[in-house]
Amino acid sequence: MSRKIVVPFGPQHPVLPEPIHLDLMLEDERVVEAIPSIGYIHRGLELLVAKREYPEYVYIAERTCGICSFIHGMTYCQGIEQIMDVDVPPRALYLRTIWSEYSRLHSHLLWLGLFADAMGFENLFMNAWRLREQVLDVLEETTGGRVIQGSCKIGGVRRDIPQENLAGMAADLSPFEHELGELGTVFLKDDSVNSRLVGVGHLSRDDAYTLGAMGPVARGSGVAIDIRKTGYAAYRDLRFEPATETAGDCYARCAVRVKELFSSVDLIRQAIDRMPEGEIEVKVKGNPEGEYFSRAEQPRGELVHYVKGDGSKHLVRSRIRTPTLTNIPPLVKMLQGCELADVPIIVLSIDPCIGCMER
Amino acid sequence: MKKIEDQVTTVISIASLIGRVEAFRKGAYRLVQMNCSKIGEQFEINYSFEKDYRFENIRIIITPDTEVPSITGMYWGAFVYENEMHDLYGVQVKGINIDFQGNFIRTSIPYPFRDPSYKGEGPCQGK
Repeated sequence: MSRKIVVPFGPQHPVLPEPIHLDLMLEDERVVEAIPSIGYIHRGLELLVAKREYPEYVYIAERTCGICSFIHGMTYCQGIEQIMDVDVPPRALYLRTIWSEYSRLHSHLLWLGLFADAMGFENLFMNAWRLREQVLDVLEETTGGRVIQGSCKIGGVRRDIPQENLAGMAADLSPFEHELGELGTVFLKDDSVNSRLVGVGHLSRDDAYTLGAMGPVARGSGVAIDIRKTGYAAYRDLRFEPATETAGDCYARCAVRVKELFSSVDLIRQAIDRMPEGEIEVKVKGNPEGEYFSRAEQPRGELVHYVKGDGSKHLVRSRIRTPTLTNIPPLVKMLQGCELADVPIIVLSIDPCIGCMER
Repeated sequence: MKKIEDQVTTVISIASLIGRVEAFRKGAYRLVQMNCSKIGEQFEINYSFEKDYRFENIRIIITPDTEVPSITGMYWGAFVYENEMHDLYGVQVKGINIDFQGNFIRTSIPYPFRDPSYKGEGPCQGK
């Protein structure tokens, strides 16, 4: 009978950009059980609602995450707007959609680069991040910020994108899409990538659903949930279907993200084509009184901003539930029975964003 | 304005919590999130579920010393929320499948969200 030992994984590890700890119970080289532990970078951002007035809190909400910051700000604004019955101008909703999809492209390309790096495929890493720079350039040109945009506000957006710039962005999408195609082909067809990912870290469809997996983790196991289908921002006007795979392994999760690159490009193209004319913000008066669970589809899955106001300038409660938190239980399941050498790849396959999760 | 989705919140008693959660589980709802809020001297705990993009929320209102039953028997992944509620608010949850005993979220002071001591110190205060 083999001996069981406990191997600590993290909080500092070459594949982890941020700290998470796992106690891995091993039987020979096989993981029998994994116990996660977080809390190394908890900042208590939610408590700042008591210190910042509700329009100011947008800046705090944006700083929850250093990757999908725009979507955090937008989801918070959306929650306040739903409580206060604010009629956001259609052009602002379309601009929010465009910036959300650029954020998704930026996040997925960042992840693909990190994933390639974790596999030791340095050229693929460099190529993914080279393409990501093009996305960051667009975000910087249109909002003024590469990562923290600050372009969303309660009642609309702060900056418009002039029509000629929109035309230029649309024209740039075709060559960009071609380069994405070349990058995606390597991720999905290369033998060395396939041999590292196929069959590794399996999560069944039932487990994905009952354990609360969201985003590409759920869709990689065939659970076609995508919060964009609820029709927030301009998504109710745009055509798209959630990208899904059924294998439930690391390859499937990677394939979903590669497919979503193209779906984001298509959504940006549609939003530019249908961009309405008009105002980009409305003035918001008064204070929020009521509550709302504002939901949006982040690159990693469903994001929830629960906001509750009592009619004063300060909210009573802000609660941010990020997709990484809900993807931790599925990760524990994926790790059971895997080889120790596969643990870094499996952990990375959920695209963990720890700063975001700990808030 | 257009409502994005209808959200139903039902306040229930703590005694009926397990039965209601069991009904959601049998109805193939997924657990969206759990959260705790301090309202006055009481805690509101929300349990949110969804099926086919239909969002439903149940809420219990408890005093700070009330012990809450764990729902991890029905939703295994709920341990992340229950440990978080314990570590930030000091809510006592009975029967969690993976109980971190206060070490899930490490904070410099115990239960920092239980009795926050500041309010209204923002730079725009009074403007």
